Amino acid sequence: MAMALEAQKTTALTGNEAAATALRQIEPDVVAAYPITPQTEIVQLFSTFVSDGLVKTEFAAVESEHSAMSATIGAAAAGARAMTATSSNGLAFMWEMLYIAAGLRIPIVMPVVNRALSAPINIHCDHSDTMGARDAGWIQIYSENAQEMYDNLIQAVRIAEHPEVLLPIMVTIDGFIISHGMENVELLQDQVVRDFVGEYHFPYPLLDIEHPKTIGPLTLQDFYFEHKREQAEAMQRSKAVITVIADDFARLSGRQYGFVECYKMKGAKYALVVLGSTAGTAKYVVDELRQEGEQCGLVKIRVFRPFPGPELCKALADIKAVGIMDRSDSFSTQGGPVFAETKAALYQASNQPKCVNYIYGLGGRDIEPSLIRQAFMEVKDLATSNAVGGGIRHLGVRE
Amino acid sequence: MTPSSQTKNLLKVHQVIDPEIEPNAGWGDLPIGGVIPQGGTARQFATGDWRTIRPVWSKEKCINCHRCWLYCPDISWISQDGKIQGVDLTFCKGCGICANVCPAKVHAIEMHPEDDFKSNEAAKEE
Repeated sequence: MAMALEAQKTTALTGNEAAATALRQIEPDVVAAYPITPQTEIVQLFSTFVSDGLVKTEFAAVESEHSAMSATIGAAAAGARAMTATSSNGLAFMWEMLYIAAGLRIPIVMPVVNRALSAPINIHCDHSDTMGARDAGWIQIYSENAQEMYDNLIQAVRIAEHPEVLLPIMVTIDGFIISHGMENVELLQDQVVRDFVGEYHFPYPLLDIEHPKTIGPLTLQDFYFEHKREQAEAMQRSKAVITVIADDFARLSGRQYGFVECYKMKGAKYALVVLGSTAGTAKYVVDELRQEGEQCGLVKIRVFRPFPGPELCKALADIKAVGIMDRSDSFSTQGGPVFAETKAALYQASNQPKCVNYIYGLGGRDIEPSLIRQAFMEVKDLATSNAVGGGIRHLGVRE
Repeated sequence: MTPSSQTKNLLKVHQVIDPEIEPNAGWGDLPIGGVIPQGGTARQFATGDWRTIRPVWSKEKCINCHRCWLYCPDISWISQDGKIQGVDLTFCKGCGICANVCPAKVHAIEMHPEDDFKSNEAAKEE
């Protein structure tokens, strides 16, 4: 049955404003947050919504990010839909609580505005904050632009709280590039978002005093392993749920999302893999190169956790060489996290293209179309020569 | 979507308030996140087994001041009808607070090494 799309309003918003608007429409019961550039604006705007009576949310201005995550976990365990937001060192300061949220299966949704980790101190975009948290047990969704941030946040509520999943989710945008850049965003009506996210039902609410329970008890050699096994399975199950929710959202909005987005991959002989705002710039470069007759394409990773291994293998099934772009370094000497994981996924693939890693844009270093064009040309050389792949290159750094 | 073991567990928790968790339950048969979906379960976990010294109580010396009962961080001292009945060692970790707060002139509680009792118990078994 074909359903009519919901009416939408086009509004010029920054990425942070789009995130704050999504939070207003979701109207969580509790928001506990601490300011940090470039995320500050999200909770600052949201606190204004609270003061103006636009939402009934209980807003807690806590004294640190560790407390923000702790309060959010506590509120969500009590039975409230609870959210927070952060960036960079703020996320790092939440560290132990990130694992606790995931281990306790508390479905928090958190916007993270990507910013480099100190030192040296830097307030601009790279992915070292969320990539550092990639094994904390959170689902991670990376957004290319303000529209995707808005759409991903609304979907994330349904994914996190789904009884098959019950895992926390961080939804990211690139600091300043998207968080402070203004663009047109299609907004759903408040009531449509409210109906889409529905009511929050945590299966073990502490405030259900008729049914006393313990959340976060000690489990030692006897049960810990079983709980972690189930947590791993929840991450696996989330893949089906992410797809179902994406389809539901597409019926409302007309915007369809997958684990990866293939851009002009049909007939492509070589490609780049990117995530975040760089995908937008890379699409522009792909358009230019295609006009010049080049057989190139782009694969954007939207969901990094769970890692879309099979989806990437499928997307890269017909190409000869791929440049995998990382906006953070893992300092493992094996390349950045996107490179390491994509390469690991390709080990199972029937087609194994030559791979090269591009570490780029650290600390907000601009990634210009000319640099992406350079990467494409190098990958093309790899595709058409006998050169061996596997190297790690630094794109846009001064030698 | 087909409900998996997790959803089934959630339903189980909602419907059955007092589920017994089998010690050998597999990962698909446990409430998620280590939640204990019932109250008062601390009674089922005998925490006294890591005690190295234990309180020994003298009924004759005891004046029933109830300081031991009041200060015990657990629920080890048993009182009935205003009279101390003795110590239940199931949860006693041997912290010695009871012996410490027992008035010096009364001295009704003494702490003894567990090894003393282990050799006695071994002797009994022989």
